[in-house]
Amino acid sequence: MATNKIAFDLVSPEKLLLSARADMVTVPGTEGYMGVMAGHSPLVSTLRAGMIDVAVDGKDDRYFIKGGFAEINPEKITVLAEEAVPMTELDIAVLDQRIRDAQEDEIAAKTDAERLRAAQLVDDLKLVRAAF
Amino acid sequence: MASVKEMRTRIGSVKSTQKITKALQMVAAAKLRRAQQAAEAARPYAARMAGVIANLAAGVSGPSAPLLLAGTGRDQRHLVIVATSDRGLAGGFNSSIVRAAREKIGSLLAAGKDVKIITVGRKARDQLKRNYSDRYIANYELGLKTPSLSMVKPIAQRVLDAYAAGEFDVVTLVHSTFKSVVSQSPRVLQLIPAQMETGGPAPFYDYEPDEDTILQALLPQNISVQILSALLENNAGFFASQMTAMDNATRNAGDLIKALTIQMNRTRQAQITKELIEIISGAAAV
Repeated sequence: MATNKIAFDLVSPEKLLLSARADMVTVPGTEGYMGVMAGHSPLVSTLRAGMIDVAVDGKDDRYFIKGGFAEINPEKITVLAEEAVPMTELDIAVLDQRIRDAQEDEIAAKTDAERLRAAQLVDDLKLVRAAF
Repeated sequence: MASVKEMRTRIGSVKSTQKITKALQMVAAAKLRRAQQAAEAARPYAARMAGVIANLAAGVSGPSAPLLLAGTGRDQRHLVIVATSDRGLAGGFNSSIVRAAREKIGSLLAAGKDVKIITVGRKARDQLKRNYSDRYIANYELGLKTPSLSMVKPIAQRVLDAYAAGEFDVVTLVHSTFKSVVSQSPRVLQLIPAQMETGGPAPFYDYEPDEDTILQALLPQNISVQILSALLENNAGFFASQMTAMDNATRNAGDLIKALTIQMNRTRQAQITKELIEIISGAAAV
């Protein structure tokens, strides 16, 4: 059933992390997590910090991303992540440090927009933390 | 003619120079591999981002288009960002970038435009500050690490802030592209307003949240990414160029050592012959 798979590319500015054919890819869209399968209608969406879940042949690969964009068309989904790390390489201590940094940013923010963005990041990171 | 002792010292000094160039060449070769991988790994992201923006740009045009995409509609005040390496000993690598930058700046000035300059890398600063000190705004140094997004962010932010404040109409980036180990060529790239290859008909995308919000997030990110990929290409080109230059230098030093050794042996032989003649003719006189 190869036709039911969707091509998936995960790229960060430093490298191409993954290029695979997946059954379903779950990405953290700005307006909520969404599962993308083959035949999805064309969509460009911004992503928040969170986890990407790639289902290939019943196995799940998970990646942590720190925001980015997804471009989706019926055959292909491309995720441009600002930063992407496989969950297996993600260190909980590093994540905690990130949360603290984001919290400091929130306090130090000068404009409302900045504060909102930092607060959003804190929430998103805490969600990831909880999923450990 | 120099004495044998002088020549021996000279050969010694050329030999130690050769050791240095040889070592630099090997270091450059080792670093080149990693730099090349980094530059090539960064290409997909930049390419796909350009693709997404081109699609978006096809849908958003007219007066509502963001400034970063459409420009200010003027072409008077230019900002030229020149990116080179921090260090030298890499043949014509830095000079060729600076030459391309000079040409660009020269033609802009000749056309009566206002030009300001930001340099990235010590060599660009050293070579351009002399001629254009009054047009020079800032310099960023690279350090020893491979360029990363977090390193580029401050540069991009500076450019974006200045652009948002209306200081410039056009922003251009001059850097070197890494084609292969033996070929790097400078490139002059217009960053703002973004230059798009308008491909075929744009696919009908849905946008989430909406086109404007996405573009507003994507375009600044694109500037960072463009600068980052420029620096990564520079980094790979620098090591390739340094490796070639140092390889040449090592070979030249080898040639020089050979020539000097022959000359030294001849001189020494001539001296021995002379002494022998003196002894023999002295003995014959007795």
